[in-house]
Amino acid sequence: MKEFTYVITDTEGIHARPAGELVKKAKEYTSSVTVIKDEKKADAKKLFGLMGLGVKQGMEIAVQVEGNDEEAAAAALEAFLKENL
Amino acid sequence: MELYRGKSVFGGIAIGRLHIYSRKNLQVKRERVEDAEAEVARFHAAKEKAIEQLAELYEKSLTAVGEANAAIFEIHQMMLQDDDYIESTENIIRTQQVNAEYAVAATSDNFANMFAAMDDDYMKGRAADVRDISERVLLILSGQEADCVVTDEPVIIVADDLAPSETVQMDKSKVLSFVTVHGSTNSHTAILARTMGIPALIGTPVPLDASLDGRLAVVDGDTGQFYVEPDEQTLAKMQQKYDEMQTKKELLQTLKGKESVTLDGRKIMLYANIGNYKDLSLVLENDAEGIGLFRSEFLYLESSTYPTEEEQLKIYRAVAETMAGKRVIIRTLDIGADKQADYFELPKEENPAMGCRAIRICLTRPEIFKTQLRALFRASAFGKIAIMYPMITSLAEIARIKQIVEEVKAELTEAGVPFGTPEQGIMIETPAAVMISDKLAKEVDFFSIGTNDLTQYTLAIDRQNDQLDEFYDSHHQAVLRMIEMTVQNAHKENIWCGICGELGADASLSKLFLAMGVDELSMSPGSLLFIRKIVRETNVGEEGEAVKAQFL
Repeated sequence: MKEFTYVITDTEGIHARPAGELVKKAKEYTSSVTVIKDEKKADAKKLFGLMGLGVKQGMEIAVQVEGNDEEAAAAALEAFLKENL
Repeated sequence: MELYRGKSVFGGIAIGRLHIYSRKNLQVKRERVEDAEAEVARFHAAKEKAIEQLAELYEKSLTAVGEANAAIFEIHQMMLQDDDYIESTENIIRTQQVNAEYAVAATSDNFANMFAAMDDDYMKGRAADVRDISERVLLILSGQEADCVVTDEPVIIVADDLAPSETVQMDKSKVLSFVTVHGSTNSHTAILARTMGIPALIGTPVPLDASLDGRLAVVDGDTGQFYVEPDEQTLAKMQQKYDEMQTKKELLQTLKGKESVTLDGRKIMLYANIGNYKDLSLVLENDAEGIGLFRSEFLYLESSTYPTEEEQLKIYRAVAETMAGKRVIIRTLDIGADKQADYFELPKEENPAMGCRAIRICLTRPEIFKTQLRALFRASAFGKIAIMYPMITSLAEIARIKQIVEEVKAELTEAGVPFGTPEQGIMIETPAAVMISDKLAKEVDFFSIGTNDLTQYTLAIDRQNDQLDEFYDSHHQAVLRMIEMTVQNAHKENIWCGICGELGADASLSKLFLAMGVDELSMSPGSLLFIRKIVRETNVGEEGEAVKAQFL
């Protein structure tokens, strides 16, 4: 399993549009992707769950990737977060 | 006539017939079904069709309202494609053996409630999106069409609330205004109304009675008033207001982007007066060439304690950046006993107009002044800021200001905080300043004449006192000659001189000011284009002497 953390810098937090893009990105890989904020977890391949975390600017999230393509998926998702959120 | 009051989200006047927008009443019943898989298939077909419609809407609104506003329909598509949404609906159909309609409605409620319960206004607003996409699916399942507002003449739309998809599907040329019972200022309806530039009210307690359909009504987006079947007098008044607005709009079209230059090539800078950074949209809309008077008082009056350097910096910087290189003249704190914030604890005065106010407060309480100056100098690094000091009467005041400015600059330098080099000028609003303007001009970068106070102090007439109307002459020769003298003294020292009082927007004096060689006129944004029109129709060389003879 690969895990990394990221602090959201977007002023709106994980709002609808980048959340949707993140879901698309996560779906490109077969590995499971879980986003964790505090005690709450969400499947990064599901939009409502992800938005439901209510992640705002300045909050830290942990991303866990597990599966056959976890190396590539983790790298791609980290790059996506840095660029968009 | 009936009068309702709503909250305006965009100004302007609309006069027309009402159209009561009714969402198709989709009563969803829970029905048991034998073949759950057939219902799942119905749901998928309806969902796919909804996604198709949304893709079309997205394309359509890209050109109609721009990418930022169209993005909502892309998000709606994503929501309908979401595994959570699909799985929840399928799950309800299969486990409860119920119809697709019921499963969609139940899923919609669950997710809408989840968003509504979040402690974040943005996420709360997404509840409306969930309901919107679900209603689209339900409408397709029911085989009905949405109310598309099919009328011959343009109408005022009245609705409980409008979903973004509903507003976008309407034929824009048929919509004069939106009036909703619910909705928020940040709702998509409000944003779209602003993009379309039509008046809109929200939170208007109007009964959604079908009998209102087709009645004449007026929406006043400036005051938030909504008149149904207005009486003759009201209608005439509103019609006049509407006509004035139209004339202005037409002017706007023809004069926007044009130079403020006379027929014989004399340029004048037309700037805007604003009292709050929220007015910036008006500044841009009316094509101001800069901001001639930014009253910084609101920062103090809207606060319960002295605004900090960082708070002020944020606002000044935002204004400077928005104006993108155009001059922004910020007037330092101008309050007095008649207009003060409690925390200043200014003693009550017999005659506040002549009391401890404006620069006098700044010089007696330098700590307040320094905080503002630090913020202004720092903000100057981000745009073309100019600082303007009010109520100047003597060279000694200028010397003290300069001393404080030097202290501020030294402190910033020592702390390694970057700052710019703003122009520094003064308001000429006392007869004393006019009389020594030759000397003051050597000390500052520009003058701006505050005609309201200058008139009051020169004529010794309180403008608030309506018993003195017969003695008051806003075009009094004494004041106009003072303006001329100030302009001449400024030009002798090669500095520029503007006018930021009410006379600046006085169309009957524009030609005179051009003849005097006034360099800048600053006024409320709404007046700018009228004055630009006059400037462009004036020939100073031919008319100048006659105009001067008439007034001076």
